[in-house]
Amino acid sequence: MQNWVKEIVVDSKFENVRTLTEFVESSLEPLNPSPKAIMQIGVAIDELFSNVVRYSGSSNMKLILNVNADVLTAKLTFIDEGVEYDPLKKADPDVTLSAEERDIGGLGIFLVKKIMDGVEYKRDGQKNILTVVKKLG
Amino acid sequence: MKIEKNVDGSNTSFALEGRLDTMTAPLLESEIQGKLEGVTDLEFDFAKLTYISSAGLRVLLSAQKIMNKQGKMLIKNACDEIKEIFEVTGFSDILTVV
Repeated sequence: MQNWVKEIVVDSKFENVRTLTEFVESSLEPLNPSPKAIMQIGVAIDELFSNVVRYSGSSNMKLILNVNADVLTAKLTFIDEGVEYDPLKKADPDVTLSAEERDIGGLGIFLVKKIMDGVEYKRDGQKNILTVVKKLG
Repeated sequence: MKIEKNVDGSNTSFALEGRLDTMTAPLLESEIQGKLEGVTDLEFDFAKLTYISSAGLRVLLSAQKIMNKQGKMLIKNACDEIKEIFEVTGFSDILTVV
């Protein structure tokens, strides 16, 4: 099978989380990904795109979807031109605390780190570039 | 997402269908915040919930905090994928998932 790349640009509006999820799900469908992988990719899109909408100040965001069909892996690259922000620098929450002690901050990115097979951030000029990798099997 | 609410005396249950995410979590939040007075048993049926992100976890945490003071809260019928989200975030220790 061949490797391929697709991309989409959406306005920084919460409702576009649906547009992005549908774009990725329909693009990956021919590869028969596991339901779990699809669900987890959906969660990553929700967390990372909502961060861009809330904090970046960027008017839009580009998502590039790379598929390596040989090893059945998807790479999603989230690019915005907002303020510099590396979510990976945020300290992981203490997941052993009780409900009363738990603070919800940082939970989204922590979740992404746990359910993806790789997460990377880099700043390139005016761009925040966040990449996640997920095996589809 | 669809939210079905059933009230029976001091028992309240919510059956959720679809995705509990950034877009829909505020809907559930508005069903919970300030509306659990006198509720001693709160139940969530996740049989038809396919998906949860941290926005949904945040709502469940605030509901759990309220119920810790006035009764108990149960989550039923969560699929394996959602249970795994509870596991990795430590929510399986905070919530009662049956």
